[in-house]
Amino acid sequence: MLSFILKRLAQSLLVMAIVSAVSFSLFNFVGDPVNNMVGQDATREQRVEIRQQLGLDDPILTQYTRFVGNMLQSDFGLSYRIKRPVDDLILERLPATLELVFVSAIISLFLGITLGIYTGIRRNSWSSRIILSSSLAGVSLPTFVIGIALIYLFAVHLRWLPSSGRAGTVDFGWWKTSLLTVDGWRSIVLPAVTLSLFQLTLILRLVRAEMLEVMRTDFIKFARARGLTERAINFRHALRNTLVPVITIIGLNIGGLIAFSVVTETVFQWPGTGLMFIQAVDFVDVPIMAAYLVLVALLFVIINLIVDILYFVVDPRIRLGG
Amino acid sequence: MRNLLDINGLNIEFPTRRGTIRAASNVSLHVNAGEVLGLVGESGAGKSTVGNAIIDLLEKPGRISAGSIKFNGEELRDKDADQMRRIRGDRIGMIFQDPQTSLNPLMTIGAQLVETIEKSTEIRGRKAEQHAVELLEQVGITESVARLKSYPHQFSGGMRQRVVIALALAGDPDLVIADEPTTALDVSIQAQILDLIKKLCKERNLGVIIVTHDIGVIANIADRVAVMYRGEIVETGDVAQILGAPKHKYTRSLIAAVPRADTKLERFTSVDYIEGTTNNFKRIDIQNHWLGETKKQDYDGLALEVKNLDLSFVLQNAVFKRNRRMLKAVNNVSFSVKQGETFGLVGESGSGKSTVARLIAGLYQPDSGAIEVFGANINTIKKSQGNLSARQALQMIFQDPFSSLNARMRVLDIVAEPIRFYKLTNSESETRRIVQDLLDHVGLGAAAELRYPHEFSGGQRQRISIARALASRPRLLVCDEPTSALDVSVQATILNLLKDLQQELGLTMLFISHDLPVIRQMCDSIAVMRHGEICEVSDADAFFNSPTHPYSKHLLDLMPRMDLIKP
Amino acid sequence: MSKHSPKTRWERLTDNDIMWSFLSSPGAISAAVVSSIIILACLFAPLIAPFDPFDPAQISLWDGKLPPSWAEGGQSQYVLGTDNQGRDMLSTILYGGRLSILVGLAAICLGMVMGVTLGVIAGYVGGATEAVIMRLADVQLTIPGILLAILINGVGRAALPLELREEFAIYVVIIAIGLTDWPQFARVARGATLVEANKEYVQAARIIGLPSWLIMLRHILPNTMRPILVIATIGLALAIIAEATLSFLGQGIPPTTPSLGTLIRVGNEYLFSGLWWITLFPAVALIVLVFSVNLLGDWLRDALNPKLR
Repeated sequence: MLSFILKRLAQSLLVMAIVSAVSFSLFNFVGDPVNNMVGQDATREQRVEIRQQLGLDDPILTQYTRFVGNMLQSDFGLSYRIKRPVDDLILERLPATLELVFVSAIISLFLGITLGIYTGIRRNSWSSRIILSSSLAGVSLPTFVIGIALIYLFAVHLRWLPSSGRAGTVDFGWWKTSLLTVDGWRSIVLPAVTLSLFQLTLILRLVRAEMLEVMRTDFIKFARARGLTERAINFRHALRNTLVPVITIIGLNIGGLIAFSVVTETVFQWPGTGLMFIQAVDFVDVPIMAAYLVLVALLFVIINLIVDILYFVVDPRIRLGG
Repeated sequence: MRNLLDINGLNIEFPTRRGTIRAASNVSLHVNAGEVLGLVGESGAGKSTVGNAIIDLLEKPGRISAGSIKFNGEELRDKDADQMRRIRGDRIGMIFQDPQTSLNPLMTIGAQLVETIEKSTEIRGRKAEQHAVELLEQVGITESVARLKSYPHQFSGGMRQRVVIALALAGDPDLVIADEPTTALDVSIQAQILDLIKKLCKERNLGVIIVTHDIGVIANIADRVAVMYRGEIVETGDVAQILGAPKHKYTRSLIAAVPRADTKLERFTSVDYIEGTTNNFKRIDIQNHWLGETKKQDYDGLALEVKNLDLSFVLQNAVFKRNRRMLKAVNNVSFSVKQGETFGLVGESGSGKSTVARLIAGLYQPDSGAIEVFGANINTIKKSQGNLSARQALQMIFQDPFSSLNARMRVLDIVAEPIRFYKLTNSESETRRIVQDLLDHVGLGAAAELRYPHEFSGGQRQRISIARALASRPRLLVCDEPTSALDVSVQATILNLLKDLQQELGLTMLFISHDLPVIRQMCDSIAVMRHGEICEVSDADAFFNSPTHPYSKHLLDLMPRMDLIKP
Repeated sequence: MSKHSPKTRWERLTDNDIMWSFLSSPGAISAAVVSSIIILACLFAPLIAPFDPFDPAQISLWDGKLPPSWAEGGQSQYVLGTDNQGRDMLSTILYGGRLSILVGLAAICLGMVMGVTLGVIAGYVGGATEAVIMRLADVQLTIPGILLAILINGVGRAALPLELREEFAIYVVIIAIGLTDWPQFARVARGATLVEANKEYVQAARIIGLPSWLIMLRHILPNTMRPILVIATIGLALAIIAEATLSFLGQGIPPTTPSLGTLIRVGNEYLFSGLWWITLFPAVALIVLVFSVNLLGDWLRDALNPKLR
């Protein structure tokens, strides 16, 4: 067990190292850092001074080490555009994204897994076929199209829900949550549904495929030969074996949600880190881009690690060797 | 007296897009309590289908179209799904072939047992656990209380099959259907499992149907036999009569095809009842053909000499060398093979015989030791030099007819590959002619060249493999279990082919198998391997008549007693 | 034994289980018909579109923002109306769809070639080579594709001098999406290679003495194509969506030669002022396009899966 965790940790460190290297090269090689900071009007002396201040003439390795050191203290410097420290900006906007991802995850996992199991068990019923066809449609709908459509329907036409922004926030120290007010929930519904739809259909199809795969195995055949009820077979045997690979799916799901939150936040002008990232890419605001990259990598590495450990715990073949 | 199980006129059909396939036609048989009925047939005969049909577990779209199945006087076809479900496990038990996949990997043995006990009997809770422990003991599993908490992957193959048997018996059924219960197991374990089944049959007064393709199993355990061929029962009788004096032509061919362990025959007597094996293709005069022109080297020595071979595999990798777990697959193996003889390498799975074959073929590099093929050390010859000609001299035939041919290549290209690669001819048309001649000679027919492997049966694919091996005009042929995956009648024809080819071409053969009767029929000398080491090397007759090593004696004892087969 | 003579090429193509399951499924047939029409229409856009929306000479600002021909104020020559710059919606959708398909195909091809090559080599050669390649793939897979595409695209554009940005935008998009796709292909290719490399026909080829590269090319590669095709069909739909997403975010194909995603972005700005057709029609076209690709891909996956027959 210990060697397993150590191996995964080593891999995670490798990922972070590579990501930090990429991040660092962004800083140094995309555009001219000095230009980005001071604009066109600065004099030569000012530029030289800034170069020295930033240590841009030091050998690459020193710069990189400094960068990593700063990174570990979550110091990415100032945003080129907003001129505020990047880590402040990120902390401000992180709660919005995390809450959005959290609500979407609940929706997509809950509905995706239950519907996937349902269509796996009742393969040929009408409801299954309808769900399956809609899932095919769901996978074909790009997130932003869903977002626009929902806004048009619910915000413009029906006027039931707000069309953008995050309302009803309550402060919890540094964390601003919108989940405690009715207004907050009204504003998060559309973005969360939009974000979860694509992932929901993916999970549904994956779970169903796993379920069908399991139902074809020999031990299910043997269970039938022993006369066990369909119910026992479905829920005690098949389900357990289906859920083990589903754990990886959960990890992928959360990853996908974080990724597509960028799109959803843009459509709904949701003040999260995703929207900030897009604006940064537009402007080539490198500090934010670099910081976001590292942040996202860190999140994913942690999620993958948790998923691996879960796998280990749940599957006796891995846990007990033999 | 009423039979336990009475099947009459059973027809089973599978509608497919090419029309309806009859899996079973007019099948009638019966089984009584306390007796073992062997349902024997080769692949595709329909025997497993009959077994599945009895308990209503036919794979869709299969269905029973006619006939009756009476169990204890009750007509099973009249029962509805729920009634059948209750009969399954409670009154009729079933055992499948592969113990590894028959058990749910995520549930403990105890949980699976208790679940079945609670379903099939009135016993609940603690009492059910106790009952589970008793069952495990009855099937010969020691430390049964502790074992309840184990998972399937923690057991060996034989023990898993015992658990499967325990599960099948949990409901105390009257009839047990065992579908190839020992095929996936080692020879020594096979005998144990068969003994267990026989013992339980007598103790519990069970009716047992054993579905198998293995005549040896039948000889070992069956009281009566029903022989199936192409969906029909061709002969039924008690085991002595079927094995000793078979009446139907198919049965006779089948019994004749079983390799005998008592003497070595020149060839297997013909098994021509089975359609498709009649060889109408032209046989070329291979000695005077291009194919017969193996490079006549003036080499008088041994065809193959293996000296002190060692090979270890890494079982568990670790950062520090001392923590690595190694498996010594081949341990100080030495033997030699004379030109023109057939040398047999015998052992159970895990003995290292296949690894030795692969070392000789150059697929693995030994840790230490030397391999000399016609005097040339194959491991010291660098790639560019005479390596190619050394490679041409040695070819190999493999066990699995399904994975030994590239599914995406035509037969022509598969067989021609060595000819083209070694540039043995001057033109493509000459190559093509040679391939056609070869395909004729191995009994496939030149027309096969444009087809793809999946269009052929297992035996035919082995012929393609043989044709490919012969195309480079080898002098040493390594045969790694070439017929283990084939039906017994097909095996006989392929072994005949190999014998013929060896005579015609003066080939030296290294024949690897776990099947002693086959070895007896094919080999002049024998080496026995166990756990990576050679136990005994001797001349074949001497080996079979008076083996010296205790393990050799053990293996010989395990051979099915075919005394009932009259010479 | 097959009693009939060997099949001709055509027979082999039409008389097999895949074709049979296709022809007996009305869903698959209608999907094939619809998507063929759409895809062909888009590819032949220059021939069948009434206008060329990429040619500035054919655009007239006066005709801008006209509703579809059946609505009040519409003109018959602009069947689906015009956009804010006066381009005919129907033509622009056809040309835009063409761009979307071509970009998607190109990106997938790039990812496939890169990924399969690296994956087969990794699987066959093993050792350090395999470790390095698969580690790289794993590291890249830690970051979800769309983010990576946005990043690569953004960096790529920033690296280009200002004048060339619009012209080369399409290539940057293709490279960005293609680079995010290769790890999937590599993983699948490596897995399939590991399976095939253990098979006996590969051992037979090694015994004959074939060099490694020849074995990989002639024996292993063709036998890995099945699972690769499965991934490719999924990937194509995702690539089209990725391009549309990038364009919608303003990072992809510029509005001078818009793809469907760019059109939706443009339309979004006018959506609330009532010019619904600029958003709706491209959105519907995009959805139908992706849907057909998915439907065909689904059917292809089922047909290629030997266990489901």
